[in-house]
Amino acid sequence: MKEVIMAKYGEIALKGLNKSTFEDILVKNIKRRLKPLGEFEYTRRQSTIYIEPIGEFDLDPAVKRLCTVFGIGAVQRCAVYEKDMDVIKAKCPEYLRDTLEAASTFKVEAKRSDKSFPLKTPDIQVELGDALLDAFPHLKVDVHEPQVTVFCEIRDKGAYVSAGRTAGAGGIPVGSSGKALLLLSGGIDSPVAAYMMAKRGLIVDGIHFQSPPYTSERALMKVQTLCEKLTAYCGDIKLYCVPFTEIQEALRDNCPEEYFTVIMRRLMMKIANRTAESYGYGALVTGESIGQVASQTLRAIQCTDAAAKFPVFRPVIGMDKKEITDIARKIDTFETSVLPYEDCCTVFTPKHPKTRPVLSEIEKAESAFDFQPLINEAVENMTVYRYKVGE
Amino acid sequence: MIYLDNAATTRPCDEAVKAASDAARDTFANASSLHKMGINSEKLINNAKQVILKRLGCEGELLFTSGATESNNLALFGIAEAYKRRGNTIISTAAEHPSVARALDRLEKLGYNVIRLAPKDAPDNFEEYIFNAITPDTILVSCMTVNNEIGYITDTPKLYRMIKRKYPDVIFHTDAVQGFCRILAAGDLISVSAHKVHGFKGIGALYAARGVRFAPMIYGGGQQKNLRSGTEPIELIAAFSAAVEAYPTDNSHYDTLNKLLRDRLSALPNVKINSPRDRGISGILSFSVDGVHSEIMLHFLEEEEIYVSSGSACSKGKVSSVPDAFGISAKDADSTIRVSFSHENTAEDIDKLVNRLEQGIKRFRR
Repeated sequence: MKEVIMAKYGEIALKGLNKSTFEDILVKNIKRRLKPLGEFEYTRRQSTIYIEPIGEFDLDPAVKRLCTVFGIGAVQRCAVYEKDMDVIKAKCPEYLRDTLEAASTFKVEAKRSDKSFPLKTPDIQVELGDALLDAFPHLKVDVHEPQVTVFCEIRDKGAYVSAGRTAGAGGIPVGSSGKALLLLSGGIDSPVAAYMMAKRGLIVDGIHFQSPPYTSERALMKVQTLCEKLTAYCGDIKLYCVPFTEIQEALRDNCPEEYFTVIMRRLMMKIANRTAESYGYGALVTGESIGQVASQTLRAIQCTDAAAKFPVFRPVIGMDKKEITDIARKIDTFETSVLPYEDCCTVFTPKHPKTRPVLSEIEKAESAFDFQPLINEAVENMTVYRYKVGE
Repeated sequence: MIYLDNAATTRPCDEAVKAASDAARDTFANASSLHKMGINSEKLINNAKQVILKRLGCEGELLFTSGATESNNLALFGIAEAYKRRGNTIISTAAEHPSVARALDRLEKLGYNVIRLAPKDAPDNFEEYIFNAITPDTILVSCMTVNNEIGYITDTPKLYRMIKRKYPDVIFHTDAVQGFCRILAAGDLISVSAHKVHGFKGIGALYAARGVRFAPMIYGGGQQKNLRSGTEPIELIAAFSAAVEAYPTDNSHYDTLNKLLRDRLSALPNVKINSPRDRGISGILSFSVDGVHSEIMLHFLEEEEIYVSSGSACSKGKVSSVPDAFGISAKDADSTIRVSFSHENTAEDIDKLVNRLEQGIKRFRR
């Protein structure tokens, strides 16, 4: 029996003349993701990518990987038969056996894009439904809330039968919207921000600020683990690690304590600006959520943004902790994010940070010390790590 | 590299490494096998038992376990189950290692009445304090020989004698991991670990006095008199025994290092020594650097390849409740550094440590 995986387009099905650009990127992304699993043949037809294994192997890992590729709306594993109702009825009960034996209710949903097929959609549904009821007498039909929906699609190249589809990751293919630089601390929010922006087609690379000895090697290991985990959704990731200790110490020694956090965020932005300029990033991304901590009040964000030369995307800005945490669990970064290591943001946290800083005051406080030489030095001494998808 | 974290673990000594590799090459047979090779393995194990028992100064049973965590769990759960008809109360301390403390939490959930006494309430006569807490309902007393975080010593031989004289039916267990090979511990049950005395990780032992019954936790092939099933890890056992034999019998080296560090630290500003002078083990010295978070100082020392610990290495960032049991404030606990020696450390190590600490205090205390 021939089996294929159908990856159905999400949003890109709605694209107009530029659709093929998105499709090309999507196919390229899928190929990279599936390459380690075996050889496949790829065909694009009717807003669907047909992925056919060359040779025999277990398709489950492939389905699992496809579910994390942005641009795919649904993933469906199906058997392919000739377009002959008798053949379909005779063969598909065996293919659906495991699923249907474990269920008590089902329905058949048919689709006929090949209008030359002699039966009309409702007829296909009735005929196949009858055949399955004969094969599995314990089943009942429930058209409203079935436990299993059997899909039968009559398409150009054959009849495809499957026992349900899995929701894809949605969004648009990574790489179709340019690239952005994510400020990655190691907390719960920034990996979620990376996921959200990758979903909008951005290539997301990370920039991390390290402050040894205030932060430990384990804090870096944690961020590296997060990058590895993110590759499942984001594809290849580059991580820029910036030595930040001297800047933080200069900040502590020269600026008023209540402004530490905001000025630190501004200095991070300035380093991110430089990195973005040198490596061609078009935007910065942060995991800020409004009102979460003192540096994430409206005023503080205003002050931080004033230091950024690029648009700053904050995809989790309107989400509460629970919503962010739910995504973090889904993308498997939560457990890593909550490991209790100090990161640069918690070093020198003022007891009473200003929640309503005024930009002019911040700029004045910041100008008490010339940070530029230290920023230059930090940028020069940056280390770059690379994480490849699916290895 | 200056390794001053020997209470966390020690470097396996050459004797242990050699014994393990010899055993792996020559005496690898399963000790339960009936053939001659099996008998040779059994002999090696019996010989190792004698070496360890001798060092403990005890006669009785010795069971090999996967480490002190298992030994402690086996002692506590095993006794609680075997003697549950006798009574329901277990007396312990608030300063125990998590492998005792968490096991006791579990026993409490199972319905036992667990009493945890804090050394700070009777620092000078803690033994009497524990002894006086014993009730007719008490089945088990468990008290560590040396506290792993600050080095506080409980005189277990004294406590054991007191208990047995008045309450011969009460079982006394001690977690002697930190004191093993340095000071004498006593009890009906004693837990020890190989990797704290230059053996390998993954092996420990539980001593049990004759006549003490306890229920096994691991069931299987019935090895070690049915009390701890599982093929004996002969390489680890050989290394354990070799390490114990090689371990110095004289504590004067630790005493010297301890005194040296104490003297140097007391000359530093804002440093407070947490380890008790009169009843602290010389191998461990805990102190707090006022205003400097321990982890920062730890990483600062690490930059010069000086390795110490913040409180207890097991907790890795988690807050321990042990400092409070000794009356150490939360603020001091947050800035605690634990230095622990081995016989490989030198006066020069102490010198480098203190110099670096001084630099750290200058840099971080503002």
